[in-house]
Amino acid sequence: MATVHINGAAVDIGDEKLNLVQAAKKAGVEIPSYCWHPALSVVASCRMCLVEVGEKKPDGTVAMQPRVVPACQTPAKDGTVVNTISEKSKYAQERTLESLLLNHPLDCPVCDKAGECGLQDYTFRYGRATTRMIEEKNTPPNKDYIGDNVTLFTDRCIMCSRCVRFTREISGTSELQILNRGHHAEIDIFPEEPLNNKLATNVVDLCPVGALCSKDFLYKQRVWFLKTQQSVCADCSTGCSTHLDYNKDIVYRLRPRDNPQAQGHFMCDEGRLDYEYVNAKERFQQPLARVEGKLTPQAWEKLGPQIRSELVGLARKKGDAIGAVLSPFLTVEEAYLLAKLMKSIAPKARLYLGYVPVRGKDDQYPQDRQGNPVGPAKFTIRAEKCPNRRGVEAVLRQLQGEVLPFETAVRDAGNGTLQALFVTAGYSPNAGQWYQTAQLESLKKTPTLIVQDLMPSTLSAEAKYVIPAATWAEKDGVFVNHANLAQAIHWAVRPGWFGRTDGQVFADLMERRGLLNAEGLRKELAAEIPALAPLAGNLGEQGVKLR
Amino acid sequence: MTEFEPVLLKRISKKASPSLDAYRADGGYRALTKALNEMTPAYVVDSVKASGMRGRGGAGFPCGVKWTFLPKDHPGPIYLCINADESEPCTFNNRILMEEDPHQVLEGVVLACYAIGAKTAYFYLRYEYGRAYRALQKAIDEMYAAGLLGKNIMGKGLDCDIFLHRGAGAYICGEETGLIESLEGKRGWPRIKPPFPAIEGAFRKPTIVNNVETMACVTHIIDRGADWFKSIGVPPDPKNPRDAGSYGPKLYCISGHVNNPGCVELPLGVTVRELIDKHGGGVWKGRKAKGVIPGGISMGIMTEAEFDTPLDFNGPGKVGCLGLGTAAITVFDDQTSIVDVLYGIARFFAHESCGQCTPCREGTGWMMKILDRMRKGLGRVEDLKILDDVAKSIGIMPGTTICGLADGAGWPIKNAVQKFRSELEEYIRKGERSTAASLQMVGAH
Repeated sequence: MATVHINGAAVDIGDEKLNLVQAAKKAGVEIPSYCWHPALSVVASCRMCLVEVGEKKPDGTVAMQPRVVPACQTPAKDGTVVNTISEKSKYAQERTLESLLLNHPLDCPVCDKAGECGLQDYTFRYGRATTRMIEEKNTPPNKDYIGDNVTLFTDRCIMCSRCVRFTREISGTSELQILNRGHHAEIDIFPEEPLNNKLATNVVDLCPVGALCSKDFLYKQRVWFLKTQQSVCADCSTGCSTHLDYNKDIVYRLRPRDNPQAQGHFMCDEGRLDYEYVNAKERFQQPLARVEGKLTPQAWEKLGPQIRSELVGLARKKGDAIGAVLSPFLTVEEAYLLAKLMKSIAPKARLYLGYVPVRGKDDQYPQDRQGNPVGPAKFTIRAEKCPNRRGVEAVLRQLQGEVLPFETAVRDAGNGTLQALFVTAGYSPNAGQWYQTAQLESLKKTPTLIVQDLMPSTLSAEAKYVIPAATWAEKDGVFVNHANLAQAIHWAVRPGWFGRTDGQVFADLMERRGLLNAEGLRKELAAEIPALAPLAGNLGEQGVKLR
Repeated sequence: MTEFEPVLLKRISKKASPSLDAYRADGGYRALTKALNEMTPAYVVDSVKASGMRGRGGAGFPCGVKWTFLPKDHPGPIYLCINADESEPCTFNNRILMEEDPHQVLEGVVLACYAIGAKTAYFYLRYEYGRAYRALQKAIDEMYAAGLLGKNIMGKGLDCDIFLHRGAGAYICGEETGLIESLEGKRGWPRIKPPFPAIEGAFRKPTIVNNVETMACVTHIIDRGADWFKSIGVPPDPKNPRDAGSYGPKLYCISGHVNNPGCVELPLGVTVRELIDKHGGGVWKGRKAKGVIPGGISMGIMTEAEFDTPLDFNGPGKVGCLGLGTAAITVFDDQTSIVDVLYGIARFFAHESCGQCTPCREGTGWMMKILDRMRKGLGRVEDLKILDDVAKSIGIMPGTTICGLADGAGWPIKNAVQKFRSELEEYIRKGERSTAASLQMVGAH
């Protein structure tokens, strides 16, 4: 038990090992800092977090140190006294900010970081509005090219060295370095060695100013127009927690959201940049049905009951002649609903797990220049390129009794066992092609082939009915990652003209009334499926572990 | 008062040969023989501690006390680093010792290794000292050949290796943790402390960093005893409870506008005036001195009126300077513009700031730019206030930066604004322009 006194208020930090920045945060006090980051080594070089500290003796007297100390480097101990608002602390912080702005171009109006910039924020809170320097600023030229996804505006850099430490400590690839000395120091790559590792764009999030910018997001949108929703990356089974930034039904970018239970602080470029398909114009906008050999748009109010009665009719003839493929891109709730839908029509209906995309091996970081992992893993891009295999499997195990793989669905379709097959897909482009030509030949033998997908494909071209699918950006629900961590995703943009998520489609087909409520549905499925029982409670921002 | 007889420069002033044989003929390696035969390592440490010798590198930390900071019963390895990155401007006392009498230094190194239990010593030599490099390497080769280095020295079971490591010419690598980083092959960026090098230094092992002159003094302390060392110099100032006294002989470097620049050895506590008039042959061209930079440019500036200040570890502080530093005085005459002096200093620090800590990185550059503008006749009186404030905020206020470079960069500016204020104001008011040729950074930096 340790008590730290921050600006006169005592705060109990328990047995945690914290520095003064973290301890102050617990007391609700912000100590400004740039170079410090919880995932990186401490360098204490930006000197933004200078504070006065002292020690409270057991007899109640306080002895303050004559010097200011960097809060990031100073461990919080029992009896530590911190004053962040004393004359000395404020003087040190103000002077550091003045120094940082001396050679900063102040080109906020054209800077992509404006609005979420650490330098702007702290200057507003701790700095001064005018400069005392009348000399010319140093204007190092911007770098032509440092990597495919990241661009460097050298003059905006405040030399916190977070990016350099990231490439050395997290990705391990060490592309970035500091050149020159003193006020001419700058960040650069080694000649002919661009910053192209798979975690590269994290340096943009780490950069407290607008020096490192994402080429993907550059000049697309001012950040103050963006709204943010909590989401989870769907591109591999790591299930990185993300911030989804959107405006007017367009997704603009994904950023990692700190979650020690999931991935930590970062995310890979593969997942980060794989969102364009959400905004794609080519997506299905309305349900289609084959009329006189041609897929024609239909009103859902008419088509829904038609599909249902067709399934019911087929099931009446032969109970196990209908089936559904549950894509690992469905949320747990959706998988549950689809499974319940099929089983309510025919208890013997067959439920299959959709194709599980696996590519290569798990990609573990930090790694050396040859790509071999070094030391304990700090970030892993997983080979399984889908977000919810485990969640769907949990549903299948309970409602089907076993997990029938996609190949079984193909076989059953090929040998004529199935009269109707409801195939859900919704694969992200990063998952790759999810069926092979031979599999297509088998699948299309099913007389009533219902395909629910994002975009037209050779499979949807063979379908009797096509229903638009929704992406993770458009729905509420739960994904279960590789480590059985169940995390909630939330909708941010609307699913096109059709306006229905996959779950809503299943609910409509089940003749459930009203709009889908993911939370209520979770309570329902948690009661029915013991493995998913923890989903009944509040999932919070970081999710809950199953089992 | 009898004339002080040089100790460290004894052989050098006689122009004695730097070879091992000549050094031995003059009583060399007597101290090492004595230590290995009669003294335990702890006894050597205690002797150095008892002598009260403070480090000769600039900070003046008691050497024996530093040695005791090493963890007890450490399984090793423990390293000794010799700081021969003598890059403080106008300082050349180490250079003379290394070039002219390397064995005196190296004997001290082996003694120190014996005392602290180090089997490896790294001699971090600044790149520009080519002659010192060759002299040291030759001396080290001689020592290996004579069994004074390597395994089982003098049959007493002491193993010791000395590696000469040449720096690449950065001032900051003279800071002890910057030196260690550089030695490890990294950018010479000072480390955050704690841990201090004595706990975790080079290659994450306990490390002691000592100056070259300190090592030479160790040789003589072991040879002649701590009491002899303590009989030279100045006892602690009773008025200053933090003064640990200034004992022993010290090499003073005299440079700048004097008739006889050079390096002299004197007991600590000699005054600036005596150094200039008696040992430096007076100010050149019959002029008067305007001021002096005592102990390297990081220590501040003294005016002519302050020339009676004794140069010991306590003296310069009494007239507002930072400390003794390297005891290298640089004299500038009354026709030198203080703005030119300051610009030269500010330019040096702006060039040598490593760029790690914000206040120093940006502040040193800013001070240089202000002074550059001033010398172009565009100064403003409020610039003096800004200079003083920048100097205070980048380093003089304790704790603002990781190492002491910014402290050193701020001190001469602060001193000058205080002590030469009327001259600076006059310069600004008249809109004078500097007539001095632009100070070019040559060679070393």
